Amino acid sequence: MTTRYFGAPIKRNEDKRLLTGQALFVDDVELPGMLHAAFLRSQNAHGRIKSIDVSTARARKGVVAVYTATDLGYYWQPGPLLVPPPPIAGIVFNQRTQVPLAKDKVRHVGEPIAIVIAESRYIAEDALADIMIDMEPLPAVVDLEKALAAGSATVHDDLRSNVAAHVRQTKGNYAQAAAKAHCIIKRRFLYDHGMSSPMETRGVVAQWDARAGQLTVWDTTQAPVFVRNGLAGMLSLSERQVRVIAPFVGGGFGPKIMMFYPEEVLLPWAAIKLNRPVKWIEDRLEHFFATTHERSQIHDAEIALSSDGRIVGVKDVFLHDTGAYDPYGLTVPINSQCTLLGPYVVPHYDSIFTAVFTNLPIVTPYRGAGRQHGVFVIERLLDFAARELGLDRAEIRRRNLIPPDAFPYNNEIIYQDFAPLSYDSGNYEPVLDKALALIGYKDFIASEQPKLRAQGRHVGVAIACYVEGTGIGPYEGAKVQVQANGKVSVATGIGTQGQGHFTVFAQIAADQVGVDVRNVDVVTGDTDQFYWGAGTFASRGAVVAGNAVNEASKVVRQKILKLAAEHFECAEDDLEIANGEVSIVGVPGQFIRLGELAMRANPMRGAVKPGTEPGLESTQYFGPPSGATANGVHAMIVEVDPDTLMLQVLKYVVVHDCGTVINPLILAGQIHGGVAQGIGNAFYEKLVFDDEGQLLNASLTDYLLPTSLDVPRMELAHTVTPSPLNPMGIKGAGEAGAIPVGPLFAQAIEDALGLAAQNVELCEIPLSPNRLWELVGKAHSKS
Amino acid sequence: MDSEKHDIVVTVNGMRYLRQAEARMLLSDFIRHELLLAGTHVGCEHGVCGACTILFDGHPVRACLMLAPQANGHEITTVEGLAPSPDQLHPLQQAMHDKHGLQCGYCTPGILMTMTAFLAEHPVPDEAQVREALSGNLCRCTGYQHIVDAVLEAAEKMRDVK
Repeated sequence: MTTRYFGAPIKRNEDKRLLTGQALFVDDVELPGMLHAAFLRSQNAHGRIKSIDVSTARARKGVVAVYTATDLGYYWQPGPLLVPPPPIAGIVFNQRTQVPLAKDKVRHVGEPIAIVIAESRYIAEDALADIMIDMEPLPAVVDLEKALAAGSATVHDDLRSNVAAHVRQTKGNYAQAAAKAHCIIKRRFLYDHGMSSPMETRGVVAQWDARAGQLTVWDTTQAPVFVRNGLAGMLSLSERQVRVIAPFVGGGFGPKIMMFYPEEVLLPWAAIKLNRPVKWIEDRLEHFFATTHERSQIHDAEIALSSDGRIVGVKDVFLHDTGAYDPYGLTVPINSQCTLLGPYVVPHYDSIFTAVFTNLPIVTPYRGAGRQHGVFVIERLLDFAARELGLDRAEIRRRNLIPPDAFPYNNEIIYQDFAPLSYDSGNYEPVLDKALALIGYKDFIASEQPKLRAQGRHVGVAIACYVEGTGIGPYEGAKVQVQANGKVSVATGIGTQGQGHFTVFAQIAADQVGVDVRNVDVVTGDTDQFYWGAGTFASRGAVVAGNAVNEASKVVRQKILKLAAEHFECAEDDLEIANGEVSIVGVPGQFIRLGELAMRANPMRGAVKPGTEPGLESTQYFGPPSGATANGVHAMIVEVDPDTLMLQVLKYVVVHDCGTVINPLILAGQIHGGVAQGIGNAFYEKLVFDDEGQLLNASLTDYLLPTSLDVPRMELAHTVTPSPLNPMGIKGAGEAGAIPVGPLFAQAIEDALGLAAQNVELCEIPLSPNRLWELVGKAHSKS
Repeated sequence: MDSEKHDIVVTVNGMRYLRQAEARMLLSDFIRHELLLAGTHVGCEHGVCGACTILFDGHPVRACLMLAPQANGHEITTVEGLAPSPDQLHPLQQAMHDKHGLQCGYCTPGILMTMTAFLAEHPVPDEAQVREALSGNLCRCTGYQHIVDAVLEAAEKMRDVK
């Protein structure tokens, strides 16, 4: 191997198509005779449908069909449960999944009631106004605590309460340990995690070829293989009759893996029924209701400590808003429950949560997937503990870090992948040290902050630690094949939404097979190109699919060497592969091109030895026993304007350990983007619902995504602790940037405004200038 | 609604098109689905995200905030018209590639159109000016840092050429 691509900042293979407007996104699919769908969605958060009249809509010129729930017949079924509840003793889980079109009852604003299919989207939307609905409004369940109170309306009539799930996980014996602790600090926390808001909304195009008996679906999904299998089952088709393509997808961040969305169920059905292609593209208003959110949890948490600031134990009781349905099982609250433990030794833990049905849009994972909520609780508890015990914020964290010789570190409780929460590897203290050094922690507190304060400036510093369980199973696969043109093709079943898979998978294959990285052609998200797979979620694409690419590439390398050795009549050890050629070491001019070898691997004549496979290709699968745990520390210096309570981030540092790095350029991009979303969550983005379950700020004018003026320049540094769970030693990095930003903001703002002295504690996210004014003002009026 | 169609003659990326469209058709839909220039993306249809930004008679505008008939007789440049040739990228496209200024690439066409117009007027920008100019385009993937780096690098390269 002459060039090693793995680990180098390789520029992306996919860029040129995206930069010149040539990349195919779902809404770019244009088909002859294509029809367009629009959905009539509920205006009520909770209501009983008494009647629907679609006759006027059906009669409108240009309308081809209008369907309601009753038109679907047996096709009308609640969606599948995507993730079953984990095997935890005593668990309560009430499965209530979304339906294609509301029948009898609507359970959140935006729930689809009817689909109109017309010659254009304009006409389809005109016809929505023709539909008459008689709806009896019911009291909306919005507030998590009121939802559990006696006498509350119920989201699902067949359940006696709004309890979606109840889970308790324990480690050690918290009650016993806490009784002997030096002190116990108890607080209530509210963490609300908004919505992912990818720049491309969702969309589906379905085409039925009646002669071929072939259904093709273009879908903005993160999990095309599951969509293919599910659709085949629902439509009584063989899987080979269904092809699902997730082409270029304009960001996902979690909600695009939810399935099945009603539109994914209805478009293919309608395309077959009408024998015409049908397109639906979600508009931004629909996106606010029809795509899943993550939203809020309320934690009543306490931490028990020894006098020297060591954690004796943590107890946490929380409510989790799951929305109107719970198709994604318990992934989000289980992540909160597990990730709360962070990089710290917590000998005793008692965590109980109740997931609550509300008349709000469905909650499923969004980048971080509940980890933020847990990290906020533990990080804030440590801040308050430091204050109580007179310890430095960094020092209390340092004292509690899991030591490097304690790995693998078993936290005993069950994680989202159903395996015990065990950290594979880590070396936490150097990460903390590096972050403190880069932010200039000691110097800032000792000299800079007092100096700036003396000038009347309100500046504060913060640090926050986290771990992230990444790269979970079950498995992914990859097919690697040398083509006759000498290029290498790599196909995998996961979808891609901007993570750079076309480049990182190419780097892995190029090193093994000995070709230029630009000569590796990667295909993701097309079920006709690769049959099996789970999807892109939980920071697992690079880890799980990447290792499958590596394994398949290694086999292809062996096949190349074997065939070339036969060709040259030499030993395999005498050969080297580089620049798309196999040559004999030390014999200049003796080489054969990979493309030619590939053709020889598929001969037209001659006997082939038993056991020989045609072609230079291999399909391999990789399934890790459990997830690889990444970790990091963020640090920030912020200045707050005491009058407007607007803030400016003066310095932002991320130190991160995600094991071996495949591509530092792409990794930096992932971290930057994660931090930007974390900043949005911490200070700008809030879904504001009224008591009737109406979202009051459903536009990008009112739901504030951070702009280039809100996201600061970031300084990144890495440490490398390889994962022992995969041969490449890598850990996932997709979500890390977003996870600890909430507690970082709360801590930094408290410090900047000197809120501790005013007895103000920031125990909620998102914050905003308005909310800060309320919280600070409240304290002032009390005093 | 009256579905009377209007004749529209428009020059896009140097090519003249004659089409008909209803008065209510958004210019963004017209460009994407009538002219089949799908590189112009639609993110919000209320003028906030900037993904659909095009050059309209040389000025950056949001195609979702205009109606197709308003383009009659005008000249438009879209992302497809930015590169000087199929083998060569515009300096800003090249810098976006070199600096990893895009991830999913959905907001990228709008950013390219906004920032090429900005660079034409501000050949020597500083970071604050770049961030101000970029602040009307939302990107959910990159955190903007690499885009800012790309714009600054493109400015430098474009100055060197001149």
